[in-house]
Amino acid sequence: MAGDYKVPELGEYAEIPPLCPGAMSQSHPFEASPEHQKALGFPGELVEDWHDKAIGRLGELLDKTRSLRVYLDSCVRCGACTDKCHYFLGTGDPKNMPVARQDLLRKVYRRHFTPLGKFPLTRWLVGAEDLTEEVLDDWYSYFHQCSQCRRCSVYCPYGIDTAEISMAARDIMDHIGKGQKYCNEIIGKVHAIGNNLGLPGPALENTLEGLEEDIEDDIGVKVRLPLDEKGADILLVTPSADFFAEPHVDGLIGYAKVFHQAGASWTISTYASEAANFAMFIGSYEQMREVALRIRKAAIDLGVKRIVFGECGHAWRVAYSFLNTLAGPWDFLDPNYPVPQHICEYTWDLIEKGQLKFDKSANDHMTLTFHDSCNVARATRMGDKPGGQFEIPRNIIKAVCNNFVDMAEDTIREGTYCCGGGGGLLTDDLMELRVKGSKPRMEALTQVIKNDGVTHMAAICAICKSQFAKVMPEYGIGMDKIVSVHQLVSNAIILDGQETDEDEDNADAEPASQMEE
Amino acid sequence: MTALFTILFYAATAILAVGLAFKVVQYARTPAPLKIPTTPAPVTTGGVVLRMAREVILFESLFKSNKWIWLFGYMFHGALLLAMMRHLRYFTHPVWEWVALVQPFGMYAGFAMLAGLGALWFRRIFVQRIRYISGPSDHLMLILLLGITGSGLAMTYVARTDIVALKQFMLGLIRFDWQPMPSDPILMAHLGMVIALMIIFPFSKLLHAPGLFFSPTRNQVDNAREKRHLAPWAAKLEAGGE
Repeated sequence: MAGDYKVPELGEYAEIPPLCPGAMSQSHPFEASPEHQKALGFPGELVEDWHDKAIGRLGELLDKTRSLRVYLDSCVRCGACTDKCHYFLGTGDPKNMPVARQDLLRKVYRRHFTPLGKFPLTRWLVGAEDLTEEVLDDWYSYFHQCSQCRRCSVYCPYGIDTAEISMAARDIMDHIGKGQKYCNEIIGKVHAIGNNLGLPGPALENTLEGLEEDIEDDIGVKVRLPLDEKGADILLVTPSADFFAEPHVDGLIGYAKVFHQAGASWTISTYASEAANFAMFIGSYEQMREVALRIRKAAIDLGVKRIVFGECGHAWRVAYSFLNTLAGPWDFLDPNYPVPQHICEYTWDLIEKGQLKFDKSANDHMTLTFHDSCNVARATRMGDKPGGQFEIPRNIIKAVCNNFVDMAEDTIREGTYCCGGGGGLLTDDLMELRVKGSKPRMEALTQVIKNDGVTHMAAICAICKSQFAKVMPEYGIGMDKIVSVHQLVSNAIILDGQETDEDEDNADAEPASQMEE
Repeated sequence: MTALFTILFYAATAILAVGLAFKVVQYARTPAPLKIPTTPAPVTTGGVVLRMAREVILFESLFKSNKWIWLFGYMFHGALLLAMMRHLRYFTHPVWEWVALVQPFGMYAGFAMLAGLGALWFRRIFVQRIRYISGPSDHLMLILLLGITGSGLAMTYVARTDIVALKQFMLGLIRFDWQPMPSDPILMAHLGMVIALMIIFPFSKLLHAPGLFFSPTRNQVDNAREKRHLAPWAAKLEAGGE
């Protein structure tokens, strides 16, 4: 249901749009059905005393979450964040300015939890407001126009993170029976089946066998993609999109080739066949923990020694920053490796040790740029130095490709723009928001396409890949221009015993090549 | 008048101290359930101390964000600090040496405050985005601060107040040996507005001052993989759930 909207025109850089109040007030993702709600222990539909329940839940969250309490108090409305959100830059809707989005919750906080907001005579002064039906509608609309990408928190003088506010708001809405279909349905699938796509074990097995055949047909080497193999050293937890669609699946083939060449014993688990933990999007610690515990159980049941995560942005946040908290301690795993590791850390480590061989010319038909995925960039790390999350993926790309160009400095690394589909918004009922929200990234990408001859953009996040494949055509860029980092690795890696183009060339033209030498 | 201001000063001090202490304790006692530093973040406690110092002293994030807001904000806060240091001479006897040293700078700080506040208010009124997010309290706070600054400058450059008598009044407050307050309308306005500011501090956005120190995105060490972070309520959940 794309609806009627205009794809924004791209400029040279992200210009601050004039305010256009209400421009996105109609944006309203499908609400979760009673069945999806109840599967997560939330009320099926809007409860009768929703107002009091909502205020009660806000109070509970305030007592449990320092970030929420401090951030609701601290904002001075200096305006530093007002031009930082990609959804604001793409839509001009003032309620998409981070401070205005926060104020939707803050005004209700003031009304019920601060002395000046409770006192009728001073209420107007501090902008305290009751939680009316209109305000609740605004919550549902605009807290589902935040991809929790944390760009605003980089630029806030107090580090106020709108993601924390929108997570709390979504949690409150879930608790009064007004959840979002996309997230809650998916979390339910993970509980029931083990992954977001709802791929059952046999389908997964089929897919992996098919991939093994494809690889063998392609390069003549039998590369395995093991499933549920007890006693394997490494458990690979990867987003289920990797089993399913381009360009994700090419990334999965890349991981498999790297594991193969490293001689690693590894396995995928049916039970924990999903890296992305969508419970983070709805701000539910309990749900997030339940999903994370599947990985713990899989690791114990399979008796693995290490856990490696595939390319997935929000997954890496939950894995890197939260997994130890939610499902640790991991003292039963090999203490010589961080728990968990990112596949990029794993691959880069092998490259540094000189254990992988590449034919970089295999990627010569492309000039690459790299999109820093928001949650990897601003909520995690790779390697042992701050900023490793920027350098390691780039180092891998440069090790396997000859042509690499970065996009404009203020649109990458910690200042990166979200793809426009993160935080539980990667759903077709939010297409207008997704297209408009991707504008700042599309602008930066278009510039390097024009000026530096960039042909493809690599990413390490399933959401980014899916989102770009869908929105890039709206801006006149082919959907196949988004690639996985490990797809590039897969193209260039030379496995032992592999038939290479070079072999064929040499066989065909032995005398010629000798003459050149 | 003296009695009124004496009582108000004690009340305002009490509200400021108790109110701030309440908020600080509340922030400190509220657990941060997850590791959420905005990365790249320091991986050691020493690194976090440096990061916080850069935020508090240099307004690092604001500098990255918006050079104008940084410039005006920095001008105001820096000058406010100087002016407050200068004011210590009304509360100390004998005056500390370094307080004597900052006196000449403190004199001009008032103008920098005025300029910084004026520019911030100009932005609040004329930049469309900032006007949109500004509420009555945001404007009133600036008016209050401008009033305090303006009345202070007026006492130095327009109609000098009886500074000796004022100092006796202030020292009297501290020593519980109450002295008459000079009945100068500008001084009364100045002190009245300062009292108002002290009273609203713990109930307003001025809480950004203690808030910054408790901001998890800034004050957390990036060591989630190395060290298990567990909030007390989450530990209970774990004990009951498994």
